[in-house]
Amino acid sequence: MKPTLPLEEYMSPGHLACQGCGAGIAMRVTLKALGRNSIFTFPACCWTVIDGPFPYSTLEVPLLHMAFEATAATASGIKAAMKMLGRDDVIVSGWAGDGGTFDIGIQALSGAAERNEDIFYFCYDNEAYMNTGIQRSGATPYGAWTTTTPVRHFKREPKKSIDDIVAAHRVPYLATASVAYVEDLYKKIVKAKEIRGFKFIHILAPCPPGWKSKPEDSVKLARLAVQTGVFPLYEVEIGIYSQSIKSPNRKPVAEYLKLQGRFKHLTVEQVAEIQKMVDDRYAELEKRFQGN
Amino acid sequence: MKKVVMGNHALSHGAQLARVQVIAAYPITPQTQVVELLSEIVANGKLKAEFIKVESEHSAMAACIGAASAGARTFTATSSQGLALMHELLHWSAAARLPIVMANINRAMAPPWSIWTDQNDSLSQRDTGWMQFYCQSNQEVLDTLIMAYKISEKVLIPSMIVLDAFSLSHTYEIVDIPDQELVDRYLPPFDYQYRLNVDDPHTFGGLTTPDWYMEFRYKMHHAVNDALPLIRQEGIEFGKLFGRAYDTVDPYRVNDAEIVLVTSGTAASTARYAVDQLRRKGKKIGNLRMRVFRPFPFADVRRYLKKAKKVIVIDRNISYGYHGIFAQEVKSALYGHSDVPVYAFIAGLGGRDIFPETIGRIVTKVEKSKKPTRDIYWVEVKE
Amino acid sequence: MPKNRSKINFKNVRDLPPMVMSLRSMAANPTGSWRNLRPVIAYKDCIQCMICWKFCPDAAIDIVDDRPVINLDFCKGCGICAEECPKKCIEMVKEGK
Repeated sequence: MKPTLPLEEYMSPGHLACQGCGAGIAMRVTLKALGRNSIFTFPACCWTVIDGPFPYSTLEVPLLHMAFEATAATASGIKAAMKMLGRDDVIVSGWAGDGGTFDIGIQALSGAAERNEDIFYFCYDNEAYMNTGIQRSGATPYGAWTTTTPVRHFKREPKKSIDDIVAAHRVPYLATASVAYVEDLYKKIVKAKEIRGFKFIHILAPCPPGWKSKPEDSVKLARLAVQTGVFPLYEVEIGIYSQSIKSPNRKPVAEYLKLQGRFKHLTVEQVAEIQKMVDDRYAELEKRFQGN
Repeated sequence: MKKVVMGNHALSHGAQLARVQVIAAYPITPQTQVVELLSEIVANGKLKAEFIKVESEHSAMAACIGAASAGARTFTATSSQGLALMHELLHWSAAARLPIVMANINRAMAPPWSIWTDQNDSLSQRDTGWMQFYCQSNQEVLDTLIMAYKISEKVLIPSMIVLDAFSLSHTYEIVDIPDQELVDRYLPPFDYQYRLNVDDPHTFGGLTTPDWYMEFRYKMHHAVNDALPLIRQEGIEFGKLFGRAYDTVDPYRVNDAEIVLVTSGTAASTARYAVDQLRRKGKKIGNLRMRVFRPFPFADVRRYLKKAKKVIVIDRNISYGYHGIFAQEVKSALYGHSDVPVYAFIAGLGGRDIFPETIGRIVTKVEKSKKPTRDIYWVEVKE
Repeated sequence: MPKNRSKINFKNVRDLPPMVMSLRSMAANPTGSWRNLRPVIAYKDCIQCMICWKFCPDAAIDIVDDRPVINLDFCKGCGICAEECPKKCIEMVKEGK
């Protein structure tokens, strides 16, 4: 049987990701879709460490490490230079965690989206500041334990709707993706490569230490997130929504939550609250998918 | 060709002549005219460049870092709050060894809000690794900007061109704008050996343990230090080609001076005028203008100051709990080489004018004592 | 960068580039020592779907003669391959004993 993705790797094994790291899968697939004619920039995030210390590196494409807030602005600068140097063909990508996208990086992200910079912006979302030891971020979902939202003060605020925020900039391409649906992620990137302008890809990347889940469950969790409607997969092209993977007969959210220790403390009522939040959001999105 | 231009426009013309390729800037008073004219120049096709209209100064420097890392010649300009916002990335760009050139219009830091000139903004950045050049005329601003690219691209250390808010940025002076062909002869295109290159991929800025971090800082320090003879040399080469030579310091009537003033920026122009006035009264006064601040020209400062009987440093800045920053550095340069007393004066903060009469009064005060009776003298403060 | 598996040794500042830049691949860092469990593929049941290969976060499964082969120098033993295998023909076996 033929593999569903190209064979060539653009990152080496031997990197420092934890066992079962969703962000590792996300990068591996993304690199296959983008190919060698790519330049990346990372802010401070897990991948800063995963890529390896001086003088080694995992990535086999050029990579510029940069400060936490600055991903989208740095990528804008790299792209401008490549244009001036006659290499507009090179794909320039910002690759940031949820902290560097939803929180500290959001200003630069909004600026680059508003200017419609011709770059990819990938957010691999493990739903907390994992690199610094599991502190809550704007991407942490309602109900989750983190070190700064301990069980008695678990996160009360819902996950920030970064996709709505970026879509409101009327960017040419936005997509959500999950490391359980690698062919879907691959296809989206290959499609987006043909588009000029700002391309935002939001990838759900489970984190065993941070989610208190088993390393072998990372892909399963990334699948359940889609099947329960917690993380629907869709594309938005200048305000037009289309669903990528339908989830008819959505599984109850409890199936997703029960595999993660970060939700262990939730009461039945709180799980029901989460179910309602997921249902409401999914209904809202369905209206958009139908073009209402 | 000679034109009457404001300091800010001298920067725009300089950036155009230097054929900058990527500009990323955010507006702030009193810098706005720099980027406004550059926008026009780019829109008219007179300069082929990408101008990224970023959403903050931090993003401006981030975009410059991205662009310079990819091998483009980059430019930005800012002032006070904007420079302060860039602080993290000033450390970054210098240690990443990127030859970015930036103009900073010296403006007082808030609060309270002030748009007038004061040097605390740029001097607060003196430990970041950036080279710093303090200019006294619009001609010098344009010339220094062009030289800075040559120097920065050789030593791989970024440069800051510093000029006073309004006194220089918005003051119109005659500037000889050189021909593009002459500048092209002087300044070759930027060819960055360590650029982000898909044909030779590397990762830049990765985690480095204590085993090797210090060695990289050692190399960076030496690069900044080694720039000093290069700065002198380029000042001479520029002079041969363009007819205007520059040095690290600018001495005026210092040779037989008993009292030497140490000044920078437009205050130095005023000081020279005051020196002539005081000389006519029979006083043996001279002025040493500090032009290059980083790398610090220790040897030149010693040479011109050690024979004086008194040194008066007039700082348009202050390091709270200590005294003026030029005074600090002058004292440290003289330590072990000369006993000459150094008087540390603070004047002109927040844009308060420094008149020739002000300098006259400073000199009169200093004449009354053999050596400083205070660590710090405040000029005309309503105490 | 060539996948050179050997480590680099610097002697002094003169060996260093002016700024921190990578000079070799992380393939010089065998992460196989991280494992407690090792995946073992029962090839008689393997249908060569390559699902194990596609999900490995570490690119530690090679395809050799159309079969997935675990690269034990780098496999961290996370168990995703075993969990996702549709034929359940990958067993996670304890290392060491």
